[in-house]
Amino acid sequence: MTTLEIKNLQVSVETEDSAKEILKGVDLTINSDETHAIMGPNGSGKSTLAYAVAGHPKYTVTGGQVLLDGEDVLAMGVDERAQAGLFLAMQYPVEVPGVTVSNFLRTAKTSIDGEAPKLRHWVKDVKGAMEALRMDPAFAERNVNEGFSGGEKKRHEILQMELIEPKIAILDETDSGLDVDALKVVSEGVNRVKDKTGLGVMLITHYTRILRYIQPDYVHVFVNGRVAESGGRDLADRLEEEGYDRFLTAGV
Amino acid sequence: MSLLVDETTQDHQDPQAQIGGDHRIPDQSRAARTRSFDVDAFGVPTGREEEWRFTPVDRLAGLFSDAATDDREGDAAADVAVQALDGVTVGTLAPGQAPRGTVLVPEDRGAAVASANTGQALHVAIAAEAELSQPVRVDVTGRGAGRRSNGHVVLEAGAHSKALVILDHTGAADHTGNLEVLVGDGAEVTVVSLQRWDDEALHLAQHEALVGRDATYKHIAVSIGGGIVRMNSNVRYAGPGGDATLLGVYFADAGQHLEHRSFVDHNAPRCTSLVTYKGALQGDTARTVWVGDVLIRAEAEGIDTYELNRNLVLTDGARADSVPNLEIETGDIAGAGHASSTGRFDDEQLFYLMSRGITEDEARRLVVRGFFADIIAKIGVPEVVETLMTAIDEELSLTMGRTPAA
Ligand SMILES: Nc1ncnc2c1ncn2[C@@H]1O[C@H](COP(=O)(O)OP(=O)(O)OP(=O)(O)O)[C@@H](O)[C@H]1O
Ligand SMILES: [Mg+2]
Repeated sequence: MTTLEIKNLQVSVETEDSAKEILKGVDLTINSDETHAIMGPNGSGKSTLAYAVAGHPKYTVTGGQVLLDGEDVLAMGVDERAQAGLFLAMQYPVEVPGVTVSNFLRTAKTSIDGEAPKLRHWVKDVKGAMEALRMDPAFAERNVNEGFSGGEKKRHEILQMELIEPKIAILDETDSGLDVDALKVVSEGVNRVKDKTGLGVMLITHYTRILRYIQPDYVHVFVNGRVAESGGRDLADRLEEEGYDRFLTAGV
Repeated sequence: MSLLVDETTQDHQDPQAQIGGDHRIPDQSRAARTRSFDVDAFGVPTGREEEWRFTPVDRLAGLFSDAATDDREGDAAADVAVQALDGVTVGTLAPGQAPRGTVLVPEDRGAAVASANTGQALHVAIAAEAELSQPVRVDVTGRGAGRRSNGHVVLEAGAHSKALVILDHTGAADHTGNLEVLVGDGAEVTVVSLQRWDDEALHLAQHEALVGRDATYKHIAVSIGGGIVRMNSNVRYAGPGGDATLLGVYFADAGQHLEHRSFVDHNAPRCTSLVTYKGALQGDTARTVWVGDVLIRAEAEGIDTYELNRNLVLTDGARADSVPNLEIETGDIAGAGHASSTGRFDDEQLFYLMSRGITEDEARRLVVRGFFADIIAKIGVPEVVETLMTAIDEELSLTMGRTPAA
């Protein structure tokens, strides 16, 4: 059982002339086997939360804490956070020219486990995971994210998650840009990992359609750098109908 | 870890036949450059000349002087060892003794001094139709920094022969080295020039090739060591159907100046050329230069040419210059394009890899190896690839564990 605790997290980003405060005290606790959907308007800071937890150097934590089973995540390097069990499926995955997917996956797995995976099992695991995500085996020899379509990039993120088997995963708009079939395939992937490993999930999304496939235990409304309201599944449905107006005007 | 932005990326890619783009059209045609065996035809460069403007000429005074090789009793300035098997004849050629001088006429002061001060050029002749199973090796080992060494190699590959020639430079010297290559009709020749000098070595070179009808020539420059290396790799054609590939890989550290210039003279119809140079730089004052000249003459109908240079700047304080020059005298060509860019190490890539648990050192290695991956695939000579990968890893280990400057 793993717990990710985000306590009063405040984060700013360096702009040309000043530091701009984006997260204004985020509180959120995610346990194994739980799925938390985060919904909120554009620019409210959802990706910032994801990046800050993962340790992106562009974001400066100005206050608060992030703990993984009591360990201070903010004191860890980016690689150490992943090794500790955190995973971020990015909204915009990065292209890495000249590095093949298979080389990348093997290097990542080796780094996370602290030893190289047994070759026979590994080849089988990669093949199986790619098949399950309906990825052409040819992707293994392509360069990481280079020339991938939006949907292919998202599948590739989930492929990594399946193989790395993290404890807590943050999925930043993994559903955006996916057609209905791909959405199903990707959701099944997330559910497989949840069933197998008891993964805890922070699911950032704009749409309730993914919540038809991945059942959220909690829904949080994220507005202006903090959690404005929390509830169950029904809150998502209400948001879809009413939009965020209620929260935005309340904030003024 | 710091976040660096792409400061100096200019990218001009002309995927199809393209004569547009904003390549430079030089003031003076590349064809008009002085060519002479007479050292005095070239003044001592001051750095104000177009072709010397990037080079630290003040450090090259020794190499510009019309001086003999500093051989001493039982102690040559540079040892030259030749290794060749059946089908190869090794001899010497005096100045004016053909084929010496039929292809290479010096184009700058360095090449003229090399030519004038090499009494007996090394002549490596590959018999017509011979297909060599082993590479010919010419190992040049400098025997001391500051000691003058002049060299000239004439490589003559007979019609329809196939050969790989590896010219390997190690040790230290003040070296001027010319290479003159005659690629016979239908022959396939690959020349690899490895610059693995010690830090104090200085090296000026003109490598000049004449590519026969339907022949294939590949020149691969790999520059890792040396204080200053300035290599010109030039090509022209003896008839239609010739194919030339000029490749270069370089990795400059603090204090190094690695300069590569290429010139493809499309003087015959239906020939092709591909020029690809890639380099990485790290450390204060690390400096690289690439100048790629292509001249498409009126008679060069139906030719296809593409040149590309990419530089990866790993740390602050390093500087890469990249200049493609394209002169086109006929519109009747199959294609002409170029691309050139210099980019900073991309910290978004580093973050992405590290967010998968990969350590910073390993992530850097992946990104840099990845940067070179396509050109390494083009090299196609396993032992050279291996040498290069080892060298790249060694270079990287120099800066590992150190956070790059912000
Ligand atoms: N480098 C930066 N410089 C200036 N502002 C920034 C920078 N990075 C992020 N921001 C701002 O921070 C705010 C939050 O951005 P963030 O990407 O976290 O939003 P989001 O909730 O993920 O939005 P979306 O739903 O569109 O993905 C935005 O107003 C954005 O413009
Ligand atoms: Mg976002």
